[in-house]
Amino acid sequence: MSDDLSFFFLLMSNGLLIGLMYSLIALGFVLVYKATDAINFAQGEFVMIAGFVTAGALMVWGAPLWVAVALALVSLVAFGFVLERVMLRRLIGRPVIAVVMATIGLAAILRGVGPFVIFSGTKPLPLPIRDEPFMLGPIFIPPIQLLGAGVSLAFLAGFGWFFLKSRKGIAMRAVADNQQVAMAMGIDVERYFGVAWAMTGVVSALGGILWGNLLGVDVNLALVGFKVFPVVILGGLDSIPGAIIGGLIVGVVENIAAGYVDPYVGGGTKDFAPYVLMILALMIRPYGIFGKRIIERV
Amino acid sequence: MNARTLLTMALAAAVAAGPAVTTALAAGEMFVPLLVYRTGPYAPNGIPLANGFNDYFNLINDRDGGVNGVRIAFEECETQYDTKQGVECYERLKGRSPVLVNPFSTGITYQLIPKAPGDKIVVHSSGYGMTASADGRWFPWVFNFPMTYWSQASAFVKYVAQQEGGTDKLKGKKIVHVYHNSPYGKEANPTLETLARDLGFELTLLAVDHPGQEQKATWLQVRRLNPAWIYVSGWGVMNQVAVKEAAAIGFPMDHVVGNWWTGTEADVVPAGEGAKGYKSMTFHAPGHGFKVHQDIFKHVYDKGKGAAKREDVGEVLYNRSIINAMLDTEAMRLAMTRFGNKPLTGEQLRWGMENLNVTEKRLEELGMKGMLRPLRMTCENHEGNGTAAVQQWDGKKWTIISDWIEPMRDVVRPKLEAAAVEEAKKLGYVMRDCAKEK
Repeated sequence: MSDDLSFFFLLMSNGLLIGLMYSLIALGFVLVYKATDAINFAQGEFVMIAGFVTAGALMVWGAPLWVAVALALVSLVAFGFVLERVMLRRLIGRPVIAVVMATIGLAAILRGVGPFVIFSGTKPLPLPIRDEPFMLGPIFIPPIQLLGAGVSLAFLAGFGWFFLKSRKGIAMRAVADNQQVAMAMGIDVERYFGVAWAMTGVVSALGGILWGNLLGVDVNLALVGFKVFPVVILGGLDSIPGAIIGGLIVGVVENIAAGYVDPYVGGGTKDFAPYVLMILALMIRPYGIFGKRIIERV
Repeated sequence: MNARTLLTMALAAAVAAGPAVTTALAAGEMFVPLLVYRTGPYAPNGIPLANGFNDYFNLINDRDGGVNGVRIAFEECETQYDTKQGVECYERLKGRSPVLVNPFSTGITYQLIPKAPGDKIVVHSSGYGMTASADGRWFPWVFNFPMTYWSQASAFVKYVAQQEGGTDKLKGKKIVHVYHNSPYGKEANPTLETLARDLGFELTLLAVDHPGQEQKATWLQVRRLNPAWIYVSGWGVMNQVAVKEAAAIGFPMDHVVGNWWTGTEADVVPAGEGAKGYKSMTFHAPGHGFKVHQDIFKHVYDKGKGAAKREDVGEVLYNRSIINAMLDTEAMRLAMTRFGNKPLTGEQLRWGMENLNVTEKRLEELGMKGMLRPLRMTCENHEGNGTAAVQQWDGKKWTIISDWIEPMRDVVRPKLEAAAVEEAKKLGYVMRDCAKEK
């Protein structure tokens, strides 16, 4: 295989794998939106806090990995429940900007809480997987990316099934569609809001562990949250398959731009290329590739 | 979600994140504002820098009663490493008659340089900022000792030449510069390009956009190029990802050299074992084994006034910060020999900075012998005669592994002087005659 072709395949494989890891973070965003209609601008900070809890348990308190992972999952699920109960429930029925501002404020608080309460500086988050990449011909695949992609696909499939086939999942979709009708049908709306935030906690915990291993844990971990927006706008705010497709598109576009365009223009295209796509998507198909088109009678 | 919602959100966040300031200046004190970034994406770097300044100024105040009896009043203002917030901090604190400012950001430095002559406040960008401002004939108010980015880049090439067996062995070798796509990251490029032309090595420049948490494609290009050496000019999260990616592509880590802002504990710890062997440039030693650290423990930490955690004293950026603070206070001390032991004006301190001469003997008295090389400033040369070294990460700590390397001053200085003319023209400056001031 020629050098150019193998470079292309390397970019593509990396784009697809990293894209699936973006999808995992985007899934947390989609779960909340799908069930509660709320837009969570603190998704990156959820991931960061999960990283802080896991790395703190491992490196500061000396806990074994399984305890650290369990602690992260329990903490984030509990946090999701408490957050919904204490803050977000009070915002039900308020304008959407109230929830947006509340989650922005929450993001700022979380960025301070991690370093202040758990540890300052940067800590590694080691996982018992090899560092050396797997070689498939000219393509090399870092094990952490393979693990991240596997976890993402498993959760995306699991949540896809949950929303399509399970009673609770269908009830959550009903809540998202119309809270008043769902309530009239006997669905405990507030309970399902709590469940949605707890599910986001699970996804964020896993995202924090995987991305924490990849990047190290400090406040910068929250920056992965920025990738969520082009992913969910492209895929559709309320679509789980959309989170996968959006993630894959963003991952591939970033890598192609960085590999082929950046060297000629001195950099800069990798990060804005997904946002160009996002703007185009908003102009052409504002509800995303798989998003639900809402038609309002006026 | 719509555009209006997003805009409202962004405006609210910008207002909420504004800089914060405090307290008033007592009589008989000199005021030094500290533009810090303890929050934001660069906080892991900003915290040790801020802590070092706090601890050193507290040491001077509590152990010595200030500089020759004049206490240093200092106050932090949070910039989040954001240029606009940094300038706001400067403008707010300017009213307290500061004598100098350490911007701790190349972006903020660029904005403060034009203000310095009018405000008569010394700008000290120690090892960062605008390289051209090292020409004191054009930029009397700006100092960037102990070294500039350009001198550093030339010292890196000199180190590579030493490792390869001589300057002539560089011919045909491939060197890649992976840099933060910002004015800071690009600073070394002109020097590297000149040296590539002069010495015949093949230079490839690869930009990484802020913040740099996903740079696999860049490193796939590095893998394809298969260079002999890699030089990295990064900051924040970019550094730790770059080190991890270099390890992930299987590149020999002892041939990856960061600049001195790409060689801290935060840059290597996340990569774990993969970072072993990674090198970086530096202008000072790491660790807490110097007498100054024992003094800081005794006079600051044992009294419960330490800014950092005790175990973090001696980190690379902490040490850099106490050296920066030491150079500032030594310039104050020198200025007082001429102008008296009283609070200085900006102009008096500027004289102290320009005539600073930190000898080996003085470093020993300060408890910093071996921590950095002696340093001497002149009217013309505001980066001084600083030298660089290479440090290496062994998986647990940084260790200096090279001799002190003299930068290629014969290459750097003429380019620096030419750049100073260009930059000074933009600001409408007139060159002063240093001979008349001696």
